[in-house]
Amino acid sequence: MTAYLLKRIIIAALTLVLASMVVFAVMEILPGDPARLMLGMNASADQIEVLRNQMGLNAPLVLRYLHWAAGLLSLDFGRSYTYSVPVVDLVRERIAVSLPLALIALALSTIIAIPVGVFSASRQGRAGDTLAMGAAQLGVAVPNFWFALMLIYLFAVWLHLVPAGGFPGWSAGIWAALKSLLLPAVALALPQAAILARVARSALIEVLNEDYIRTARAKGLPYRAVLWRHALRNAMIPVLTILGLQFAFLLAGTIIIENVFYLPGLGRLIFQAITQRDLIVVESIVMLLVTAVILINLLVDFSYAIVDPRLRAIPGKVRSGFPSGIAPKQILRAVQRFRETRNRSRGRQ
Amino acid sequence: MKLWKTILAAAVLSLAAATSAFAARTDLTLGIVLEPPHLDPTAGAAAAIGEITYANVFEGLTRIDEKGQVQPALAESWTVSDDGKVYAFKLHSGVKFHDGSAFSADDVKFSLDRARAKDSLNPQKPLFAHITDVATVDPATVKVTLDGPQGNFLDDMGQVAAVIVGKGSADGNKDKPIGTGPFKLDHWAKGSEITLVKNPDYWGTPAALDKATFRIVPDAAAAVPALLSGDIQAFANMPAQDALSQVQSDPRFSVVIGSTEGETILSINNKKPPFDKLAVRQALASAIDRSAIIDAASNGLGKPIGSHFSPGDAGYVDLTGVYPHDIDKAKQYLKEAGLENGFSATIKLPPVPYARDGGQVIQSQLKDIGVNLQIIPVEWAEWLSQVFTNKDYDLTIVSHVEPNDIDIYSRPGYYFQYDNPKFNDLIKELDTTVDKDKRLELLGEAQKILAHDVPAVYLFELPKIGVWDAKLQGMWTNWPIEADDLTKVKWSE
Repeated sequence: MTAYLLKRIIIAALTLVLASMVVFAVMEILPGDPARLMLGMNASADQIEVLRNQMGLNAPLVLRYLHWAAGLLSLDFGRSYTYSVPVVDLVRERIAVSLPLALIALALSTIIAIPVGVFSASRQGRAGDTLAMGAAQLGVAVPNFWFALMLIYLFAVWLHLVPAGGFPGWSAGIWAALKSLLLPAVALALPQAAILARVARSALIEVLNEDYIRTARAKGLPYRAVLWRHALRNAMIPVLTILGLQFAFLLAGTIIIENVFYLPGLGRLIFQAITQRDLIVVESIVMLLVTAVILINLLVDFSYAIVDPRLRAIPGKVRSGFPSGIAPKQILRAVQRFRETRNRSRGRQ
Repeated sequence: MKLWKTILAAAVLSLAAATSAFAARTDLTLGIVLEPPHLDPTAGAAAAIGEITYANVFEGLTRIDEKGQVQPALAESWTVSDDGKVYAFKLHSGVKFHDGSAFSADDVKFSLDRARAKDSLNPQKPLFAHITDVATVDPATVKVTLDGPQGNFLDDMGQVAAVIVGKGSADGNKDKPIGTGPFKLDHWAKGSEITLVKNPDYWGTPAALDKATFRIVPDAAAAVPALLSGDIQAFANMPAQDALSQVQSDPRFSVVIGSTEGETILSINNKKPPFDKLAVRQALASAIDRSAIIDAASNGLGKPIGSHFSPGDAGYVDLTGVYPHDIDKAKQYLKEAGLENGFSATIKLPPVPYARDGGQVIQSQLKDIGVNLQIIPVEWAEWLSQVFTNKDYDLTIVSHVEPNDIDIYSRPGYYFQYDNPKFNDLIKELDTTVDKDKRLELLGEAQKILAHDVPAVYLFELPKIGVWDAKLQGMWTNWPIEADDLTKVKWSE
């Protein structure tokens, strides 16, 4: 177990170092001079040189990388070129919007998706299932910025229940802040919920075909209890995988929704920093996100163990050799293939 | 019974309080598209800095008013020596910076010397290039000496980058702007909004508004619902041109189309063959149909221009007829240049709707005369380094938003790569001419040279699309200078 953990940590660290190099190199290759961008069209070449020196842009590449990487290790992310404030402060302000938004959206999407998935799976092929999956299909297909605009027109412009956008800050009161995050969270949650519901349904259907479900039913357990207690728990592994991916996306991939609701979130900060060539901000935030994704993946791995006792019992043996997140699904798929072939051969008899 | 009366009285009172609070509305939320990187107009070129701070937070010796005229600001009056070289500015007394420190001639000397210093990072450094000396005569008088008479000097001192900053507070202005204006910064929630509040110690006429919030709305689609829901009451320049009809038909809003100082042009790399041939440039000018471009790139709202000059400014000459839209004539020009079979070129388009939309129309219009354009979309950072600095381009579309900037065609090394000695001499003469009529005459001549010589194809003047609550008064119609001057803005009820 310790060896396994150590291996995971070393892989994570290597990923971080590699990511830092890639991010730094990409920002270096990107054409455009932050100094020219700040001083505009009337600035002379001399002025631009002065500013470049001030910003430390004229130092050798390797030195700049090492300086930046050393800063990261001591949690000093440097100062933003454009805002000239510490990057840490910028990021802290944005996370105060993005993290709650992602959590609310994730919670909403789970609350909607799991019951819908269970409902559909238990009525596989019947009208209710078709209807629910049709709705899910629609949810995947509808562009979320359009959906967001419809929400704004309905709840902000017409009903005046919530503001049309903006974020008053947590200092304006928890309720005021939550109110402004509500519509964006719904707009983010629905497409995610649609995907999640479809995954939950297919995973559940797979599990419902297992022998132990038949056994549970045969020993007299009501269908409801079998569905929620025995089947759902085993169907959770692919659902958790998708949830982990979605959380990583919700943290920074929400730029479109942030724009529509003009929220000061992490996605918009990155976008703005890229267009303004605020290299240090882009690099630092990307590193932060890489770290977050690695942590989320680890968490997802641990949660597999919680829902699947088989993985808990012999964690090292079952998982070693498989990259994180793949092993349980592969086990499931192998089991499924085994049963399919068996069922087919039975049918022939 | 008594209880009921009390409740009733309380209800009536609170209702009255509510209506009176409504009547005396003194707050305003404006929408802006781009967040300024910081709030120091003397240290950054971003237009959003001036839009928020000019006249509101910072003031210069002079100021530009809504009509583009020079008005006294921190200098209450001035005298000019007979040779036009020495300006003596008499300053207002009793002026205080927002941090409580007193404003004096020392701050003026400090600001001007800082802007023209060797290591100055002022984005408009050329404004101060002719100053040779700044001397304080007494705490309320400053004497500025120039290397020669400057026709535009008072106007220059009213520009955004020429505002006066405090000796003790200048270095902190990016984050905590300390000016002398009728508003001071209350707070800046980065990425979200910038709030100004009334400066109670203002030296001049106090502002009617107590509080003004600039909220950042980056998405055009979000601008309309923000207005309709009442969250935002004004856009000095609305980003959503397509959605304009939605508010235009709504009596709750005023839609005011004005003009800016933004000459939107098809810039040409004049040294790069085949564009070094006049006939090729004339072919481009004749092949282009301005009205179709204006429809596509500014929803039909921009005014057509025939030279590098704003139709709203004094001295404007209408030269849109010099090269009328004429395909046959354009082909003839190409033949003259020996390119009757046409040629291929690239057009680099920065990420603004007028350029991206206009570029497609120009591409299809030039196809008619056999010129095949390959569109290359670029970001601003790329545009500035590739096109503007390295001159690595054939054609591009951009709006030159600085006021009075016809002299850019005479600047050595400017990205047009245009070099016309006759034009350069004219600009030199213009610089040192103080007489108003003579200046207008010279400006007219300069416009004509550009219109005929086509160093760029002149398309249209960028419109300012003001949309605000119909009860709001005092917003600027035009943008002779890119500023949301709130000093006279008030609610009508």
